[in-house]
Amino acid sequence: MTVLDIPLAGGVTRERSVQARPSPFVRDVVSVAGRALRAVPRELESVIPPIFIALFFFVVNIGTLQRLTENHINGFDIKAFMLPTGILIGVTGVSRAGALVLDIQDGYFDRLLLTPVRRLAILIGHMVADVAVAVGLCVPILVLAYALGVRVETGPVGILAFLAVSAIWCLAFAGFGYAIALKTGNPAAVNSSFLLFFPFLFMTSSYVPRAQLDGWLKGIAAWNPVTYVLEGQRSLVTHGWDAAVLGKALLAIGVVGAISMSLCFAALRGRVKRG
Amino acid sequence: MNPRSPHASTAIAAEGLVRVFDGVTAVDHVDLDIARGEIYGFLGPNGAGKSTTVRVLCTLLAPSDGRATVAGFDVGSQPDKVRLHIGVALQEAALDPKQTGIELLRLQGRLYGLSSQEIDGRLDDLGQLIDIGDALGRRIGTYSGGMKRRLDLAAALVHNPEVLFLDEPTTGLDPVSRARMWEEVRRLNRELDMTIFLTTQYLEEADALADRVGIIDGGRLVAEGSPEELKRRVGNDVIVARVDGNTRAAHRALERVAGVHGVEARDDEVVVTTADGAATIGAVAVALSTVATVQHLTLRTPTLDDVFLELTGNQFQRDEVEVA
Repeated sequence: MTVLDIPLAGGVTRERSVQARPSPFVRDVVSVAGRALRAVPRELESVIPPIFIALFFFVVNIGTLQRLTENHINGFDIKAFMLPTGILIGVTGVSRAGALVLDIQDGYFDRLLLTPVRRLAILIGHMVADVAVAVGLCVPILVLAYALGVRVETGPVGILAFLAVSAIWCLAFAGFGYAIALKTGNPAAVNSSFLLFFPFLFMTSSYVPRAQLDGWLKGIAAWNPVTYVLEGQRSLVTHGWDAAVLGKALLAIGVVGAISMSLCFAALRGRVKRG
Repeated sequence: MNPRSPHASTAIAAEGLVRVFDGVTAVDHVDLDIARGEIYGFLGPNGAGKSTTVRVLCTLLAPSDGRATVAGFDVGSQPDKVRLHIGVALQEAALDPKQTGIELLRLQGRLYGLSSQEIDGRLDDLGQLIDIGDALGRRIGTYSGGMKRRLDLAAALVHNPEVLFLDEPTTGLDPVSRARMWEEVRRLNRELDMTIFLTTQYLEEADALADRVGIIDGGRLVAEGSPEELKRRVGNDVIVARVDGNTRAAHRALERVAGVHGVEARDDEVVVTTADGAATIGAVAVALSTVATVQHLTLRTPTLDDVFLELTGNQFQRDEVEVA
């Protein structure tokens, strides 16, 4: 064990057997993420609504549209089609941004800033927890889909790819919530960030294939990144591996992520700015 | 330039420290020179600039002008190094109510780079301070105010800092918790030679704990010295008279009394400073009786309240502690 002699006034020394030192970035991220994940089962009120909303939309949309779509579109499987929609609705609401706002309000964020932790690690740690929660949230919906007879064409690896796309979409969208949290420190503003998603969700191929859309909605859907995320996920479930479709999905997520993370990191810089 | 302070015995130094918020100067050219192992009391009323000074010194805010070093490192250009050497308990206990006490302390230790073994050792060391028994495994949201304060202090100490900042550590505590906090501050300083920068709005607290006191008012350091030195500035004795009648007339009457150094009148009280209270009190009583009815006449030694009144012309706010 390292023992340091600290000089004191009058030449007295004292031993300091424990001394603070910078921690590696990854350790900081793991520490912050661990705290965020421990909080999840203690804040079920923030986890249950996304699961409920995802299951609700999945089940209700199938019930509403099954006869209409399957009778009119040859070989169409509404259950497989709606699986990505339900999951995307669920994971888009997953974010620890609300908890970050509470940290700011409680002063705990200042306590973190007083430590040598890298500021970016505070944010990344929360986001790592979001990814874990998003993956966990997908599981019951996938199980339900399986119970309803949905089979993933791309097999177990495809399921993992499906989860990965869901998780990185969650992360890309969560950036907006964190940006609002860090910029405003206002829980109401953070809660309303989910509303940003609604135009993206409905002006796309959430309910029927893009080929069935018409007019202005088809035009908007073509520019809507959610369209490509949904199509990428659906390709894994219903068609098999399609690099072009998956590539477009990842590109769409990349574009959204680039915007949200730029806003998020700018907000973090503003929040921790000492000047 | 060597980043270490040229004075190895200096724990905190500030030269012309200024902090401005939107044109409002909260800290106005404050100079500090605090030795290692010293307890420094930073005394001032609400809004005087105490907390802003602490937030600059502990790197949460950058100085607008001037410079400061803590543990030998510049708070403006070397904030990361400063953070490794300081512990801070801010005015409001900065805790996460959803974590348990033990989780919070362990996380704190990890963020300071300590190994699990080191954290275990520090938790043992701090056990007596925390002194909340099994509650350490409970969520912090269930703690009382005193428990939160003790946990907050433990979180500030988990990495064994050289310099400890305590921003109004006893505000809102009951007398028993306050006494325990005072004793802990003394113990940390006595046993570990920890430098402690303590802000307070309680005169008695500064008087009881601090080796030296700085009085801040309107962002400016208006006086500095040991409590005894500061009190001697006022005079050796203070006579306080509570009167029915015209305190302005009493003020005029007392100014003419031999041996009186200064007179301050406020509400129904007249405060007289003098070099020799026993020799002067009779003449003061006679002078007062010619212009007012004297209800009470007290002779005492000066307090920091008198110092504050003398320096700023304002009475310190009457929100004083019950002395432990």
